[in-house]
Amino acid sequence: MFKKDITPSPKQKLKSSIQRNLRQSLLTTYPLLTPFIDDIIPKKASLEQIKLPDRVSLYVIDGTTPLFFQADTPSQQNTIVPHLKLVHRFPQCFPTIRIDRGAIRFVLSGATLMAPGLTSKGGRLPMPHERPPREKSAAEAENADDIEVPNEGADEEGHWSRELEKGEPVVVVAEGKEEACAVGVLVAGTKEIKEKGKGPVIEEAHFLGDGLWRMALD
Amino acid sequence: MTELSGRHVVYCGVCTLPPEYCEYGGTVKKCQQWLEKNQPTMYSRIWSPEVLEAEMASLSVEAQERAMKDAKKKAAKAEAAERKDADKRANSVVTIKRIERNKRKYVTSVSGLEAFGLELKKVAKDFGKKFATGSSVTKVPSGGEEIVVQGDVSGEIEEFILEKYKEVPEDNIELVEDKKKKKGEGN
Repeated sequence: MFKKDITPSPKQKLKSSIQRNLRQSLLTTYPLLTPFIDDIIPKKASLEQIKLPDRVSLYVIDGTTPLFFQADTPSQQNTIVPHLKLVHRFPQCFPTIRIDRGAIRFVLSGATLMAPGLTSKGGRLPMPHERPPREKSAAEAENADDIEVPNEGADEEGHWSRELEKGEPVVVVAEGKEEACAVGVLVAGTKEIKEKGKGPVIEEAHFLGDGLWRMALD
Repeated sequence: MTELSGRHVVYCGVCTLPPEYCEYGGTVKKCQQWLEKNQPTMYSRIWSPEVLEAEMASLSVEAQERAMKDAKKKAAKAEAAERKDADKRANSVVTIKRIERNKRKYVTSVSGLEAFGLELKKVAKDFGKKFATGSSVTKVPSGGEEIVVQGDVSGEIEEFILEKYKEVPEDNIELVEDKKKKKGEGN
């Protein structure tokens, strides 16, 4: 999506009502962010929007910290996708899949992520299992606009505890690396990927070193 | 959920990626040097011989070879691009042109700054601020863009560019008079 360099365009301040909406939809998409939301979008900070090519808008806080972007096209279903810098700050808050070493260099040059990179030994796909309950009772996950934190996360092996659906945004981490290397929207559910073992998984991702990553914000 | 603030991640000062990914950035050598200097602990964690060996062992011989070749190619490419860039820089000329607009009125157009990695829009703003005149980026019919500053500031603008944008060498600035009338300044 951002293979080419992006020339920064003017920033637009957002109304506080829009800001509130965004905050809400961010929480709906990523309920795990709930404990951190005040850290991500402080109440006082001004949220700004930058229009990028292909009708994508990037949201930036305090002028320099990119938060997330949103593609305004039906094919992307207006999904909010976090910027990798945000993912690096809160890695535990986003569903992840892991690719093997061999796939890293392809992903980092902007290739479509394919299933074999995930199904191989180094890759990790979600593996549903019971998680030890959190402090309170395990919250009901995926209620339209609940603010409760669902009980999910990655285990020590790197398997996410829930199968991910097609169209869900997901963070791609890599075998042997700590930081995430890409983030994108699944074009196939994780269950399907496991069954088929081939075909594309994430088509257009935001990856380390792409145009969005390199874009100067000041 | 230990603390509520996010993690702070160190990014490589050369290729901007997290240092773990420097090996894919194409400027591995430089990244290594930077990391060694700035983040010695991280350097020893990522680039120590044992780690590298362990990583290599996990790949098959064939894949290793392929990865190596790929890395080499990438590095060569990055190097070539860098050289080309430097070359372009050395050869490109910034042209400052004084254009007569209406008998005694002039505009000054500056073209070629983009070759030095400057952003025309920002530079135009700076010019406007410095000379307190209108300054804008306009398209040239031949394609590309130039900065047009209102008023005759051809002399001062050269000095200003030299002072403010150190990446532009003096020899690469050229002053041109557009109309038949002479009375130019400098060379």
